[in-house]
Amino acid sequence: MKKVIALSDAVELIPEGAVLMIGGFTGIGAPLRLIDELVRQRKSELTIITNDTGRPNVGLGRLISERLVYRVITSHIGLNADTQKQMIAGEIQVELVPQGTLAERIRAGGFGLGGILTLTGLGTLVEEGKATVDVDGQTFLLEKPLRADFALVAAKRADYGGNLEYAFTARNFNPLMAMAATTVIAEADEIVPVGVIPPDAVVTPNVVVDHLVAKERRHG
Amino acid sequence: MDEKTIIAKRVALELHDGELVNLGIGLPTLVTRYLPDGIEVFLQSENGLIGVQALPEEGLEDDDLTDAGGGPIGAVPGAAAFDSAMSFGLVRGGHLDVTVLGGLQVDQQGQLANWMVPGKMVPGMGGAMDLVSGAKRVIVAMQHSAKGQSKILKRCTLPVTSVRRVDLIVTDLAVIEPTADGLLLREVAPGVTVEQVIVATEAELIIPVYVPTMPIDVETGGKVADVVPSSPLPEQVR
Repeated sequence: MKKVIALSDAVELIPEGAVLMIGGFTGIGAPLRLIDELVRQRKSELTIITNDTGRPNVGLGRLISERLVYRVITSHIGLNADTQKQMIAGEIQVELVPQGTLAERIRAGGFGLGGILTLTGLGTLVEEGKATVDVDGQTFLLEKPLRADFALVAAKRADYGGNLEYAFTARNFNPLMAMAATTVIAEADEIVPVGVIPPDAVVTPNVVVDHLVAKERRHG
Repeated sequence: MDEKTIIAKRVALELHDGELVNLGIGLPTLVTRYLPDGIEVFLQSENGLIGVQALPEEGLEDDDLTDAGGGPIGAVPGAAAFDSAMSFGLVRGGHLDVTVLGGLQVDQQGQLANWMVPGKMVPGMGGAMDLVSGAKRVIVAMQHSAKGQSKILKRCTLPVTSVRRVDLIVTDLAVIEPTADGLLLREVAPGVTVEQVIVATEAELIIPVYVPTMPIDVETGGKVADVVPSSPLPEQVR
């Protein structure tokens, strides 16, 4: 099965108003080519699930600054004054989720779980509107799974079959998101022949990756 | 010695050899400078690394290796990288020995508020709620007062980060331990009196008969004092 797809064709698959998971942590390990192409194609009314909204006009922050985002589910907006301004003006919906809970909700979505039980957020503003569950005398907050229409993930290296490996702190949410979306589009710094990435080094197995963004051409 | 140095030096004494430690950005990061000789800790960065080296050595920088604020770091030999679920599994699963965080307010119940000021500053909680709920020990490192207002209150006026009671508060004036009975004044900073701490604290403090001075070296700016004064006169009996 051919997975490599042109950047513009990959983003054309995404409709207006889609729910997107986008990997990255303050822009590290973010799929920057896909994000730039979303801006170029003016995909709007997006719902974004991502760790943080980056910085104004940079990387994922471009989606916010260009007003393409209708709703964002995230743990941190402190580095992006545009997100905060739009939130205060009522122009963007922001759901703030503790970072560990965000990771686990995405994991639950990708692993077929009905939610997770956690102490994080219990008794705080995060608890509002949520159910609690008692397990052997301990009260937990029930946090529901998250899924998306598309996951846009970034990898250090991919093979042409779609196996992905990551580098250092650029891994972050990428492997979790690659499990939790109907369609997974990956971009990688490098694409190598199948077999080059040793099985033990594969973090995201090829079967969950639907499309792999073609490399930029270096020759001709 | 400035206020931040006092706090960082005192917090450093709370860390033990071999512990897994998560330090917040800013003041808590200073702590590693003052670790006593022979104490090595494993530093976690919640964006997915154990084995943080504060600054990468020249030639070992990597665009894919940063702290949780996006600043470049190094990785010590033996470091491990992982995804965000694993990173917070370490925090929430009881594997993290100590977290050191900044604070906006701490109250008499030992509850910490450090993630938002409604209507003014809503950066989001990031990993703070997970860290405070999940770490084995939570140490709050902060200035005692801000703009003349005590940050240690009878009750937090800001939304709390967790209902969990934090384990220790280290400020530029004092070391305070939240207990089931209230806030216990454990130590005062060098040159600070118990009376000054009481005046600077809105919450009620439990004052033991003898309150020692922080066992930090105020002279050399780096090393911790070898000898803790063993029998100074009680400053005050209340």
